[in-house]
Amino acid sequence: MIQIQHVHKRFGKITVLNNVNLSLKGGQCIALIGPNGSGKTTLIKTILGMVVPQSGKILFKEKDTAHKWEYRKEIGYMPQIGRYPENMTVGQVLDMMKDIRKMSEHELDTDLVTAFQIAQIMDKRMRTLSGGTRQKVSACLAFIFNPSVLILDEPTAGLDPLSTEILKEKIRAEKQKDKLIIITSHVLSELDDLVSEVIYMQDGKPRFHETLDTLKASTGTDRLSKAIAHVMSHQ
Amino acid sequence: MKKIIKYVIADILSSRTIIVYTFVLLALSISIFSIEDNTDKGVVSLLNIVLLVVPLVSTVFPTIYLYNSSEFIELLVSQPLRRQSIWVSIFIGLAGAMALAFFIGVGVPILLYSYSISGIILIISGMALSIIFVSIALWAAVRIRDKAKGIGLAILLWLYFALLFDALVLFLLFQFSDYPIESAMIAVSMLNPIDLCRILILLQVDLSAMMGYTGAIFRSFFGTDAGMAITAVVMVFWMGIPLWLSMRFFRKKDL
Repeated sequence: MIQIQHVHKRFGKITVLNNVNLSLKGGQCIALIGPNGSGKTTLIKTILGMVVPQSGKILFKEKDTAHKWEYRKEIGYMPQIGRYPENMTVGQVLDMMKDIRKMSEHELDTDLVTAFQIAQIMDKRMRTLSGGTRQKVSACLAFIFNPSVLILDEPTAGLDPLSTEILKEKIRAEKQKDKLIIITSHVLSELDDLVSEVIYMQDGKPRFHETLDTLKASTGTDRLSKAIAHVMSHQ
Repeated sequence: MKKIIKYVIADILSSRTIIVYTFVLLALSISIFSIEDNTDKGVVSLLNIVLLVVPLVSTVFPTIYLYNSSEFIELLVSQPLRRQSIWVSIFIGLAGAMALAFFIGVGVPILLYSYSISGIILIISGMALSIIFVSIALWAAVRIRDKAKGIGLAILLWLYFALLFDALVLFLLFQFSDYPIESAMIAVSMLNPIDLCRILILLQVDLSAMMGYTGAIFRSFFGTDAGMAITAVVMVFWMGIPLWLSMRFFRKKDL
């Protein structure tokens, strides 16, 4: 569904993405992991067109995405730090996004809005929200338009255990619908029962892209965290 | 695109700065027209304030607004929207709000107290200046990531157009006073939209007689229809070129 070909990105003198080649398909649930500053968020932002790479191509459903915008209709993005207009209320932000995406009310997927009880905070202004509540709003916005690709950047950071469980349950449900789901997280134990594939990034380059089962088998471990620790110590 | 303009304008109005600006302009113009009996003199007094205040507010306010709404812009960019239409909508929202504020604050009192050609030209050029300086502010704000530096650059640009440029022109005039540079001065005045507006209005209120030979040259150029048309085109360029440059940069900007 998404092909990343020879993508290269520098910020000033620092190379953030170094010749990245990846092929991501529908039905996969991918864990994008790697140390801090390894280029995970930048890679996600290049897919979304928020960061423009110096060279290389990103194909979405076989079409080049450079300077295109229509393809973003099919992507739900949950940013690492949800930044919203501070003066708007939660209700206004939701309405604005519905207005931009032009989707009729009955097509919307309001599971998370109900589960997170967003209705109770509709009138609160964004600046008064706590970090966790912001994350909930971000999650709702990512899932509400029923997109075929979900990109979740540290989705559970700041969420309480109950909300984390709700979100994970939702991710599992979406996985069944043959969607492409990309998750970055540092809490590897959380990813264990969610993901089917693992991409490990280091110094702006994907070190490997394997299915979770192959990775576990090749490292002789039964947990993702142990497998990654094994890989990191045997480099 | 209409939707984004709607949200930008709603956002600008919620900050209230623009409403305060409108009322300050309104208070200024009404008090000037109440003091001066001669409406032409009123227009000239107003002109001097307008040429200083309008560019200042029209550069600094949009610059601050752009930095404060970086989250909003980031959110929009991650949505299925064309980057150009996001940028143009922000421009239209800001330029529309500034021009409207000027029209209510200065235009309405002029129409009430001094309905004359010079008054109408002051309204048009004030609104044009608002739009031009929003366009310049957009260009300054898109290039610089750091908020403090960006606002600093906006103030420097205002200082250049409002004060430094005139000082440079005076310096040139004195240096080359032995040569016939009057025609060249017309070309030089095109490089500063504030000067263009000043000349246009001063010519309308017949103060050009006090500017000597240069005034006569200006009159023979700006007084004609062709001169006016060229001036209008130059003003449109002043609105369009910084906007175009900023858009080119925004298309490739990393957010």
